[in-house]
Amino acid sequence: MATNDALTATGHIHHEAAQQQRGVMVTKTEDFGQDLTTLNLGPTHPATHGIFQNILQMDGEKIISGVPTIGYIHRAFEKIAERRPFYQITPLTDRMNYCSSPINNMGWHMTVEKLLGIEVPKRAQYIRVIMMELARIADHLVCNGILGVDTGAFSGFLYLFEERENIYEIYEEVCGSRLTTNMGRVGGMERDLSPVALEKLRTWLKRFPAVMREFQNLFDRNRIFMDRTINVGPISAERALNYGFTGPNLRAAGVDYDVRVMNPYSSYQDFDFEIPVGTNGDTYDRYLVRNEEIWQSLRIINQALENLPEGPYHADAPHYYLPPKQEVYRNMEALIYHFKIIMGEIDAPAGEVYHSVEGGNGELGFYLISDGGRTPYRLHFRRPCYIYYQAYPEMVVGSTLSDAIITLSSMNVIAGELDA
Amino acid sequence: MEIPALAWQGLVILAVFGITLLIATYSTYAERVVAAFLQDRVGPDRAGPYGLLQPLADAVKLFTKEEFFPAGSSRGLFIFGPCLAMTTALMASAVIPFGNTILLGDGTAIRLQAIEVNIGMLYVFGVVSLGVYGLMIGGWASNNKFSLLGAVRAAAQAVSYELAMGMALIALLMVTGTLSLREIALQQYNGLWNIVYQPLGFIIFIVCAFAETNRTPFDLPECETELVGGYHTEYSSMKMGLYLFAEYINVFVASAVMSTLYFGGFSFPGEHLLYNTLTSSQGELFAHNAVTILGTVVLFAKIFFFIFFFMWVRWTLPRFRYDQLMRLGWTMLFPIAILNILLTGAFILLFGNKEAKLDTTKQPAPTEIRAVARK
Repeated sequence: MATNDALTATGHIHHEAAQQQRGVMVTKTEDFGQDLTTLNLGPTHPATHGIFQNILQMDGEKIISGVPTIGYIHRAFEKIAERRPFYQITPLTDRMNYCSSPINNMGWHMTVEKLLGIEVPKRAQYIRVIMMELARIADHLVCNGILGVDTGAFSGFLYLFEERENIYEIYEEVCGSRLTTNMGRVGGMERDLSPVALEKLRTWLKRFPAVMREFQNLFDRNRIFMDRTINVGPISAERALNYGFTGPNLRAAGVDYDVRVMNPYSSYQDFDFEIPVGTNGDTYDRYLVRNEEIWQSLRIINQALENLPEGPYHADAPHYYLPPKQEVYRNMEALIYHFKIIMGEIDAPAGEVYHSVEGGNGELGFYLISDGGRTPYRLHFRRPCYIYYQAYPEMVVGSTLSDAIITLSSMNVIAGELDA
Repeated sequence: MEIPALAWQGLVILAVFGITLLIATYSTYAERVVAAFLQDRVGPDRAGPYGLLQPLADAVKLFTKEEFFPAGSSRGLFIFGPCLAMTTALMASAVIPFGNTILLGDGTAIRLQAIEVNIGMLYVFGVVSLGVYGLMIGGWASNNKFSLLGAVRAAAQAVSYELAMGMALIALLMVTGTLSLREIALQQYNGLWNIVYQPLGFIIFIVCAFAETNRTPFDLPECETELVGGYHTEYSSMKMGLYLFAEYINVFVASAVMSTLYFGGFSFPGEHLLYNTLTSSQGELFAHNAVTILGTVVLFAKIFFFIFFFMWVRWTLPRFRYDQLMRLGWTMLFPIAILNILLTGAFILLFGNKEAKLDTTKQPAPTEIRAVARK
């Protein structure tokens, strides 16, 4: 065991240094540094669902302290965005929370519209709501399915993934792609909902509730699942607010904050839905809140589909909205706009806007500063995962390794959004 | 040509060995098919008809993979771990009675069992508990913290659940009055299966069997989402294959033991009726052998059901956390097992045990004893 002791000792030194650098609180025990093991959870570990590292100090199975490391897939999106015309920033947003990229796309489009002062017609807004709620469902399906996988029950995950697959097929019909959707444009949608898309959507809406109920029957009252998740990785409403939690993770702690209601965008005020809240902020509450949000999203989609207004699917903003290709061939004005938009030669007005949407796992904010040029002067993404991950060590210290894993998956921390 | 009885028994040993390996091989296939069935998937269908050659392809893959030794591992033990796991798993199937006797024309009786020992149950128990050393040694020798955690979990889990399992077996022992698996099976030939006398014991036993074989919901030593691969994180090639194989052999043995102890082994309802009918029409020899062979088929049906049950549970339930596992073992199963012993004791005091019953009611003796008498 001599080698093991040496490893522990060096790991310990490295660990303390790392903690001092980051100023992380450590729970001191009497024999700290004596019998503890350093365990590298990540950067590649089957349960981290992305690339991030946790240097854990373990006393057997118990976690004494944890130091998170981020930045493994940092792609400098905010910096890249400074050199890109606005419409080319949409694909960057796809790659943040890739489980619900339509929400990111729409959020970005709405931010730019806010800066440009474009009013989007009702039909486009409703289509956006439908797509965003589909994305939210897909996001929650992944999160809760993965929670099942991480607790050891694989099948429920696959039941849900089949439905996510169907959602992706609807995406495909609407925008042509599946995971990184790049959906919609500044000013509306790139095309109207096709009859096929509507048909697929209606079929899915009929089919999905049964699958969801089956999944909930498998997990909601499962004794082992409840034992594994209740009081695991809890966070109080106060601590959550202090950290800046939003979305399902904050609602699980009992705070009914939802951007869709607090600061409605894209006609969310037209719809009737409820915000589920939990009480303990533990893993089980997060799971239940997400499940209920799926049902509420279904309600919203049904309402939006029923009341889908007639009219144009994009704003009349020729400076920013690409003209139809047929027009480009025949019409000189259209050709000029097409050229200028594609070449990124449209100047935006100077100004500062912040717009936030209720993303798959929290408030996704876009803080855009324009100096009147063709690209943002500065763009900041408020990424909820980045905030959740700060609280992660506090939430897992004192629990076991198994708890740490499912706490991470129940918070739905997605590395792409965490690092951006 | 005269073949001595010993050679016949040797053939049986070979057959048991082969069948165990074959079933373990096809358990990997069955696991995938069952998982696919439960998850609305297609499952393996590329290699051969219905993907039946998949285990073969897997074996070729495992054999041709690189032999990898992690830095700082102790090589000898690193190889010894999976070997021990495999050996002990294979040894356990030796005492399982896969059928009654086959009678030859000259009156020789061949037992469809590799070895008959009068302490069969204890033997299975001992060999299976040796198996955990394979996991511990492998996990320790890997020089990997995840492996070590898996090994520690495996050791603690095995020790805790063997206790409750042993207690469940003691109650069964009180009912049957024998440790020989064969006698237990033969006892159930004439009357009710042991599950009727020991329902609580069976529940404890099956829970512990899940823990002993490291299957979900007790697959903590190798749970992928926490410990990467647990004790076999660092293993590759056929060494890894041996661990996986050992697990499936253990599942097979556990299923066989459960079928034998609680579900009548190779007995099936209506065997006496069949025996008597066949005796009157085809003669005693044919009747005996036919019933034996049918019994073996029935036993395998029971075993396959239990293997399916293992898989069914695996693809349905989440797994426990380590402390919950320990709590379940020590504060639930262990006391219930002791209670079961007390209850069984009380019942035996009131009604007498099976052995005594057999003597007093003068039921026809089991067929094997008749066969021996002919000799």
